Amino acid sequence: MSDAPVDYRPMWRELGLDLQGHDMLLAAIPQLYQAAYLTQQNRPEGMKYFDFVMSEIHGLRIKELVDHKAAGGTVIGTFCLYVPEEIIRALGGQAVGLCAGAEWAYDEVERLLPRNTCALVKSFMGFKLGKVCPYVESADLVIGETTCDGKKKAYELFGELAPVHIMELPQMKRPADVGLWRGEIDRLVEKLQDTTGRTLDFEALRDATREVNDKRRALQRLNAARAASPVPISGKDALLAVQIAFYDDVPRFTQMVNALADELEARVQAGDGVAPADAPRVLVTGSPMSIPNWKVHDIIEKAGAVVVTEELCTGSRYYERLVDERATTLDGLLDDIATKYLDINCACFTPNPGRMEDVLRLAKEYKADGIVHCALQFCGPYQIEATQVERVAKSAGIPLLRIDTDYSAEDVGQLQTRVEAFVEMLA
Amino acid sequence: MSHAVRVLGLDIGSRTVDAVWLEGTGAHNARVVESVVLDSGPEPHKTAARLAARGDHDLLVATGYGRRAAHDVLGAVAITEIKAFALGAADLHPDVLAILDMGGQDTKAITLSAPGVVDDFEMNDRCAAGTGRFLEVMAAALGMTMDEFGQAALRAQRGLPISSMCTVFAESEVVGLLHRGEDRAGIARGLHEAIAKRAVGMLKRAGAQPPLLFAGGVARDPAMAALIAAAFGGRIVVADHPQLVGATGAALHGLQP
Repeated sequence: MSDAPVDYRPMWRELGLDLQGHDMLLAAIPQLYQAAYLTQQNRPEGMKYFDFVMSEIHGLRIKELVDHKAAGGTVIGTFCLYVPEEIIRALGGQAVGLCAGAEWAYDEVERLLPRNTCALVKSFMGFKLGKVCPYVESADLVIGETTCDGKKKAYELFGELAPVHIMELPQMKRPADVGLWRGEIDRLVEKLQDTTGRTLDFEALRDATREVNDKRRALQRLNAARAASPVPISGKDALLAVQIAFYDDVPRFTQMVNALADELEARVQAGDGVAPADAPRVLVTGSPMSIPNWKVHDIIEKAGAVVVTEELCTGSRYYERLVDERATTLDGLLDDIATKYLDINCACFTPNPGRMEDVLRLAKEYKADGIVHCALQFCGPYQIEATQVERVAKSAGIPLLRIDTDYSAEDVGQLQTRVEAFVEMLA
Repeated sequence: MSHAVRVLGLDIGSRTVDAVWLEGTGAHNARVVESVVLDSGPEPHKTAARLAARGDHDLLVATGYGRRAAHDVLGAVAITEIKAFALGAADLHPDVLAILDMGGQDTKAITLSAPGVVDDFEMNDRCAAGTGRFLEVMAAALGMTMDEFGQAALRAQRGLPISSMCTVFAESEVVGLLHRGEDRAGIARGLHEAIAKRAVGMLKRAGAQPPLLFAGGVARDPAMAALIAAAFGGRIVVADHPQLVGATGAALHGLQP
């Protein structure tokens, strides 16, 4: 798929991939990417880096991870924003997000999981069972969490295929839960020390904290530019940047996002946009949209609207809050890490009023004309919480379209009609 | 607009292609020059193209599932059926606050905040159960024409409950009931009741308030209209030309400044 002369097949074979299946998976991506991304007009120059990353999605980055391991480092797979990347990095690990955004090997998956399981869970199981993901196969350890039921029970089966460490994420955010969570972070530290053979020290954790905060700050800059009218970057492009944040080399990613943010800020000054100033502005909120799932953003933007911000795990929940960098002891820093992470407003928590506030705040800041709530089918937390988001949008007088979907192309026609009708209402 | 314009509005659906030619300087003085409902045939896009090829219009506006192709191939302006029905209703039945459109493979509930202004809408999701296609299959299973099917359902004293919503399984259920010697009119009524219940469920989810406009091919079935009126619990108006509401709305869109 990339026209680099490097042959990655020996590396993939070494990782234990099913080469035939993997070829099929890779072969599907360019056309998908072309149709969604490369037909866009007036894309920022800075997106070329992300196009390149996509073209090397299972190539160069994997090579970097393989080399990292050869040099004594570890690769730690994660499935959730709540898993502190700082701790992984401070112990010489590279964190890679394993949530997947494409259907694969569903026939194999459905022998273990019910058909009526959310697409994200089925996808990561399918990538593992089908042996088509070099990120999964490179991981020395995979960290799961007790977030939603689907993931929780799927990890029990995933654990038969790869080493898994489960963090118990509380269901509420009361003082007792903060204590539980801090305890889970300590337990994670112990496990990672064991896996990496290193001991966590304050300086390493402080440095890692700054690095990951810098990544978040860069994404904050990129996304702040989207509040402008006309908007300087498409929702699809901004979404891609966050999706890549989950597994790219941290300092390099930060640098490239800052460069892109510079370019977007210049565009804003010049009034240079990717859509007309009167294109309806949409906020997307709901279940995570993992790479390569761009379906709903694509439908919205091809219907003539522009996505100006995302209240998603692959959006504001990823970069909005930073870890406090002022701690002077390891214990203090671990407390601050625990606090920042617990502050993320996922629907797994009950109650979750913070998310309602975030959605309204973002809708206002980004001057959204409408909200699209997109939940994965069978995603209990987000599908059910959508009712509260609807109420909140209604009292704020913001039109909201509710979508429940999966990764298949089956419902694209109907979604197009519904989204187009919604965009007609906003125009 | 200062001069009269002739707009061809097309509603390109899975079963029929509906066309309305409107002439006027605006929606307020638009008059229907001609209208026609044609079978889509195996290639709805071709049927639509033939109508457009008559060339006796200044502007072409398309809605329905074939609107994108009409836009790409015939240069039509495309609007969704949601908007088209809202505009059509505003012209033909301006007092309604909600629309139920039951077509060949789609059912839509649309609520209006003002004539022509969409407030909310619901559509059937992945499955086409409870649409015109379902009724066609069931009529055939009972050995009836669509007219006979509607009349039988109206006649029956009570409806036999049908448990399956899946078109294929429901058909099997009907065949089973016939073998048992059950009354065909009762089966017809039971089938209509199941669809009406589903449609009213959708109307309630959309927050529909009376008066309700009932449109689409299925609105021609008098039994369906009666059952939906009863289940909805408010005033319903059956569109005079149920299959032309979308095409009328599309044409009206072309007359807007």
